[in-house]
Amino acid sequence: MSQTELTNYADQIEDLAQQLGLDYYPVDFEVVPNNFMMEIAVYGLPVRMPHWSFGIRYIHQLIRQGMGNSRIFEVMFPGDPCHAYLVQDNSIAENTLVVAHVIGHADFAKNNQLFARFKQMAGGHILEQAAERSHTIEVALAEHGQDRVEQILDAALALEPHVDINLPLHRPPYHSMTAQAGKEDAVDSFAQRFFRLPGEAAPAAIETPRHTPIPPRPEYDLLWFIAHYAPELDGWERDIFLAVREESFYFYPVFACQIMNEGWASYWHARLLREADFLPSDLYVSAIKAHSDVVRPFAADRQLSLSVNPYHLGFSIWEDIIAQQGLAKARQICRDEDDFGFIRNYLTPELADKLDLFVYEADHEGGIRIADKDIHAIREAILAPKFNYGAPRVAVSAMHIDGSLELIHDFRDDGRGLDIPRAERVLDYLARIWRRPVSLQTVSSSGNPRVVSSKPPGKAMPS
Amino acid sequence: MTVHSTISTGSPWYALFSRGARDWLRHNQKVRDSVQQHLPDLVAGSDLITGPEERTVHLPVRILEHARFRLADTQTEASRNAGQGQGQPGDVLRPAAPMPDDDEEAEGGNSEGEVRLLLELKVDDMVDWLWEELKLPDLQPKQKTTLAEDEFVREGWDKRGARARLDRRRTVKEAVKRRAIQQDPVPFSNEDLRFRQLVHRRRPATNAVVLFALDVSASMTDAERKLAKTFFFFVLQGIRRKYGKVDTRFIAHTTQAWEFSEPDFFQVTGTGGTGASSAFDLALEMIESDYDPSQYNGYLFYASDGENFTEDRSAATSALLKLTQLLNYVGYVETVPGTSRMTETEMKTICNQLEHGGATLGSCVLNKPDDIWKAIRQFFTQEALQGADA
Repeated sequence: MSQTELTNYADQIEDLAQQLGLDYYPVDFEVVPNNFMMEIAVYGLPVRMPHWSFGIRYIHQLIRQGMGNSRIFEVMFPGDPCHAYLVQDNSIAENTLVVAHVIGHADFAKNNQLFARFKQMAGGHILEQAAERSHTIEVALAEHGQDRVEQILDAALALEPHVDINLPLHRPPYHSMTAQAGKEDAVDSFAQRFFRLPGEAAPAAIETPRHTPIPPRPEYDLLWFIAHYAPELDGWERDIFLAVREESFYFYPVFACQIMNEGWASYWHARLLREADFLPSDLYVSAIKAHSDVVRPFAADRQLSLSVNPYHLGFSIWEDIIAQQGLAKARQICRDEDDFGFIRNYLTPELADKLDLFVYEADHEGGIRIADKDIHAIREAILAPKFNYGAPRVAVSAMHIDGSLELIHDFRDDGRGLDIPRAERVLDYLARIWRRPVSLQTVSSSGNPRVVSSKPPGKAMPS
Repeated sequence: MTVHSTISTGSPWYALFSRGARDWLRHNQKVRDSVQQHLPDLVAGSDLITGPEERTVHLPVRILEHARFRLADTQTEASRNAGQGQGQPGDVLRPAAPMPDDDEEAEGGNSEGEVRLLLELKVDDMVDWLWEELKLPDLQPKQKTTLAEDEFVREGWDKRGARARLDRRRTVKEAVKRRAIQQDPVPFSNEDLRFRQLVHRRRPATNAVVLFALDVSASMTDAERKLAKTFFFFVLQGIRRKYGKVDTRFIAHTTQAWEFSEPDFFQVTGTGGTGASSAFDLALEMIESDYDPSQYNGYLFYASDGENFTEDRSAATSALLKLTQLLNYVGYVETVPGTSRMTETEMKTICNQLEHGGATLGSCVLNKPDDIWKAIRQFFTQEALQGADA
């Protein structure tokens, strides 16, 4: 592929994008070989900590690529500058399309408030930080051995989605918060004067518990809690937990805005290509063909799909918004919403009807039937896998005096209990690094309370 | 203001990245480790004992899953999901067909296609793992008796010898050396000739014979037989590691003893009582006719549920004593699946008696598959100790 040709098109596409009002941090594109691209896709970051679970994803990806089911076109990391990777072997038409697509992403990432908030917390240099952390882990591997590092990563990566995204990335530990609360009580001058009034004896005991429980309220940020309160973690082990947590925070906006973000990028790559009159027509045609392969509801030989392609859905909603309400309104939506607001507010009944969206039910015998075309049902079915970072709501409820840890699963929120065998194994990962018993409260499939406990140490678990 | 992005070609060493492969290997290592922990269950089923030489076991293994918290699959209501395409509520997209009920399988059903791993394990590797894991000492071949075979070994050169053993390379070297110092050299002289020499050597015998004796009387259940088989398999592997050529013989007995081929050996059921001496006598007979103790390292392993006619005691004791003198080692396992017994059985009494008398004999009780490792460790460490003493 001729490098200069691509650079030339990319420059002109960028000029065009800026004329059209796209606003973004510059993007560092890098052209990489296919296998490196695959690793980026598998690890989620170009350089990331080693762990055997990535090996499984890697082999799955390798097989899918071998069967021709999956091709990776682009990977893009928001930041300042953004980083994006192009595949060496892809045609120049495809890579031109990817450049336009990535610019759409870059615009989204700079303007969307969720992205902006997380960038503010995590900084704009996630790739460099991830590489640095992965280096630290390699050092830990050399120093403390595979088993200890793996123990920590087993636990930390199993809890990857269990962060509290409503609280800041860098939070102070509890005691400073409770100390402040106590001070405010004492300074409450009204209360002091009130109790000095005749006949108003100071209450014998303002029930201030001498011992503030930890955590003071259910703590949903499991990674943060364990990193700060695990009784016997070494500094380097805490650092690994915090590293996983920071990366989890970084991935959250990408996860929570996937439909919007992919749709926005698809809208812009289509529009940029359409208006790029400098592209030779055969290149334009092959690029548009690649576009329609990506933004299509179902595989070419099918009339129906049992999943909704986020590129297609997002693209259709954005096109609808821009046609009905104009680009200015679209930019405002792009700034204010995430997928929840986007789907609930802008996936209209007419559009859902036009796109032939439906809700289907799969029963236990493998039968599948279309259940519903009601717009609310459709919206909730699309959003269901996105709640709470796609994970069950599990919180730390108590840490006992002997150091044992009690978790609670908010089964009322989730509607049902946890998968018990998996939960047991996660608890085993946890118990190995918490180094005290760990238990979890949930409900069984019949709805009865069920407590899952970690196995006592020493009994090797056949994993 | 224009921001311009940059496009750069990646460094050439990107192609060398292989972290994915490294983590995949680590995964496979973990699978192997967990297979190692479950070896006894894995070998109990198949005819491994006298299989062909390059023996491997194919093992379908599930890919390990890195567990995360996940909601339970719904039991009562069907799972709902969003899809896209033409269709009306009520349309059946796929008729319900009772799936082959494999709960594990069904779990992976709607996620990414499941990849299954077929692990090929060399039996020898498995045994190596076990020996490492159990930290077993190597076997001691018999040292007392002159276990010896004569053989010719090449050693040294001479100026005279049979024409067939002429070493041409040596001869030319000699010629070259001579020519270098002579004034007017001839190409070759008789002095240059070098012949390879052979010497007589005595070599310790590397033959071994393993006799397996199994009580097949009515009291032996399938579970007991399975325990015995698994145990025999690993014992045999251990002995194979040490000796070049290993013969196996299989004896089953009730009140009488017969020789069997391996496939039949574990299928045989007999009726009636137990007289262990019959098996020991047959073993003695075999050794005397086929396996000269000065040529062979002999091992006998006997598995039984421990019951034996009391009238048979003196006969069994004397036959067993004679065997311990002829063989390197005699091992007795008592297979009692489930519960362990309070009182000592008849066979155990005999063995303990002999053991106290200083015979190279060991005995052990097997209750569950895990005990096999304990028993193997016990036998092999004991054997090594006694071998070293001898």
